Amino acid sequence: MTSINPLLAPDTGSISQHEPSASAALESLLSIRYFEEAVDGLFARGLMHGTMHLSIGQEAVATGVCAALLKTDFITSTHRGHGHCIAKGADLTRMMAELLAKQTGYCRGRGGSMHIADVETGNLGANGIVAGGIPIAAGAALAQKMKGKDNVVVSFFGDGATNEGAFHEAMNLAAIWDLPVIFVCENNKYGMSGSTEFSMKIDQISERAGSYGFPGVTVDGNDVDAVFEATKTAVERAREGKGPTLIECMTYRHKGHSKSDKNLYRTKEEIEGWKAQDPIGRFEQKILEQGTLIQEQIDAIAEKARDSVRSAITEASEAPDSDPAELLSSVYREAK
Amino acid sequence: MTERILTYAEAIREAIGQAMETDENVFMLGEDIGIYGGAFGVSGDLYQRFGKDRILDTPISELGIVGAAVGAALVGMKPIVEIQFSDFTAQAMDQIVNQAAKIHFMLGGELSVPLVLRAPSGSGTGAAAQHSQSLEAWFAHVPGLKVVMPSSPYEAKGLLLAALDDPNPVIFLEHKLLYKTSGHVPEEQYRIPLGTSNLVRAGKDLTVVASGVMVSRSLEAADSLKDSGVEIEVIDIRSLSPFDMGPINESILKTGKVMLVQEAPKHGGFMAEVAAQISEGPALFSLTEPIRRLCGMDVPIPYAPQLEKSVVPQLGDIIANALEVHRGS
Repeated sequence: MTSINPLLAPDTGSISQHEPSASAALESLLSIRYFEEAVDGLFARGLMHGTMHLSIGQEAVATGVCAALLKTDFITSTHRGHGHCIAKGADLTRMMAELLAKQTGYCRGRGGSMHIADVETGNLGANGIVAGGIPIAAGAALAQKMKGKDNVVVSFFGDGATNEGAFHEAMNLAAIWDLPVIFVCENNKYGMSGSTEFSMKIDQISERAGSYGFPGVTVDGNDVDAVFEATKTAVERAREGKGPTLIECMTYRHKGHSKSDKNLYRTKEEIEGWKAQDPIGRFEQKILEQGTLIQEQIDAIAEKARDSVRSAITEASEAPDSDPAELLSSVYREAK
Repeated sequence: MTERILTYAEAIREAIGQAMETDENVFMLGEDIGIYGGAFGVSGDLYQRFGKDRILDTPISELGIVGAAVGAALVGMKPIVEIQFSDFTAQAMDQIVNQAAKIHFMLGGELSVPLVLRAPSGSGTGAAAQHSQSLEAWFAHVPGLKVVMPSSPYEAKGLLLAALDDPNPVIFLEHKLLYKTSGHVPEEQYRIPLGTSNLVRAGKDLTVVASGVMVSRSLEAADSLKDSGVEIEVIDIRSLSPFDMGPINESILKTGKVMLVQEAPKHGGFMAEVAAQISEGPALFSLTEPIRRLCGMDVPIPYAPQLEKSVVPQLGDIIANALEVHRGS
C-alpha cells in the first residue's frame, strides 16, 4: 500500500502546531504535488493518454479540508480532483493505474483522471461535469440525516461551478433541509479562461451563501491551518444538525486549465506572484519557524512522499491493461 | 371471487406503499407529493401514512431533486423521484444522463445508483407542447438507464415493484391518460421482470407492436377489426431498456406482417429501433409486406383538441393502417 494515512486532526490549536498533524499534512501536500508532477511528466513524455487537470498550487485546500473529516465522512470531487482523492486517503497505486489505463485502476480504466471514486474512503467520485457533484453531495447528506447518522459530506467545486444552476439548487435544498453538507469552493480565479471578475459581479463567492440563509466564509486557501479551522467549524455545525456552510478558499492553479491551455488569459507576473504564495513552501516555512518540525524531518517526509509516488508508478505500470472483454457486462449492476 | 379493481394511479400508489413498508430505505421525493397528493394524485394518502420525511416534498428544483436522489442512492437509500411531467426531466438531464446512468460503469463498478424516476408522459390532456411529450427514446438511447412504460394498472404495479428491486436507475414513464383507467390488480406484491415484452392478445393476421397508451388503443382496434375478420396480435413493449425482441420475432414469423404504433414523433423514435432489429433478425424474410410505422407527427404537441388528436395515432388511424397492411395496399 502506498496510500497515505488519513490526516490526524488536532482537537485544539492548528495543524501546524502539532508534530503528528503537521507531518501528516505535509505528507498529504507533497504526495499531491509529486503525484501531479509525475503525471504531468508522464503525459509530456507521451506515456499517459487522455487529458487531465492539475491542482498544483491548490493542495492546501484538499489537505486542510480532509484533515477535519473522519474516514466515514463523504466527499464529492471535481475534474481537478487528484488532491481530494489523495487527501481523503486514496491509494496512489490504484490512482496511477487508472491514469495509466490499467485494469487495476480505481475505475478499471473506464473513467480516467476525471472519475476516480473510492468507496473505502468515502469518496463518492470526481466529476467531469462542472457542478455535477454538488447536488449529489446534498443527496448523500440527506441520506445521513434520514438514517440518523452524524456523518457529513463535503462537496468540492471551483469558482466556475457557482454560476451553474446545480450549485444554486443544491445550496437551496441543503439550506431548507438543514443538511450536513459543507460546500467548499476552490476559487482559483478562473473557470478555464474566464476570470471571476468576468463571470460574476460580486467580490467574494462566499456572499452567495447569504441568499440561501446559511453562513459563508472566505479563507486563505493556500494556508492549511486557515482551511482546516474553517472546515472544522463547518463540520461541527453540520454534525450538530445546524445545516450547511459555504467555505470559499482563495487559491490558484500554477498550471493551465488542462493540456490545451496556453495561458493566454493571465500574465506571467500574476502566475509568478501566486507561485511566491505556494501553499507547500508557506507551510514548510511556518512549521520550521514554529519549531514543530526540523528540516531533516521535512526532508524525510518529502523523501517518503516521493517514494510513494515512484512505487505507485512502478506497480501501476506492471499491472495488466484494462480489459475490453468486460465492457458490455459492466453497464448495469446485476440484481442480487 | 370478484376481481380486485384498482386504477392505474392506485396501483402505482399501492406498489410504492408496499415497497415503503417492506424496505425502510425506500422514500419518495418530488414536487407537491405531500399534502397536495401529487399533480396526478399518485402519492395520494402516502403522506398521511408515511409522514413528511419519507414522502419528501421539494421545491420546484428538478435538477436538485434528481441530484439529491442520486446522492442518496449512492449511500444506500432507494429513492423514488416523481418528476411532475416527463417534459421537466429536461431540467434534470445532467443528473439523469451524465451522473445516474454512468456512475456504475464510469467509476469502476463499486458504486451504483438504485433510483426510480417516475414521470407522467404523453399527450391527450390539452396541455400543449411542454407538458405532453413522449420522451422515451431519449432515455432508451443512454446506456446505464433502464426504461419502462407500463400499459395497465396490473403492469404498473408489477413493473414498479421490479424497478424498485433493481440496483440501477430506472426511468418509469406513466401515461397520463391511463391514470384513471382501471383493471385487475392483486393485493399481494408481485413483480414483472424488466426486459420482457408481453404478448397481450393473440392473432394470426398482423403483428402490432405498441407501448404505453397505444397498447390499449391497439387492443380496442383489435376488437373492432375482429368483427371484420382480421385477427391482430398485440405485443406490449413495456420495457424499452433492456429490450426483448423475442415475442416480436416469434409473432412476425407467424403473421408475416407488422405494424409499429408509437405516440412519439416518428423521426428517431423508439419504433425505428424496433424496425431495425426486425430487419436484423430471423423474421425479416417472413415479412410479406413492408414494416409499417404508425407514429406521432414530427411536430410539437399542439393545444387545440382537434390539432392534438391529429398529431397522435387515434383508434381510427390504427384500424385504417392495420387494414392497409393486412390487405397489402
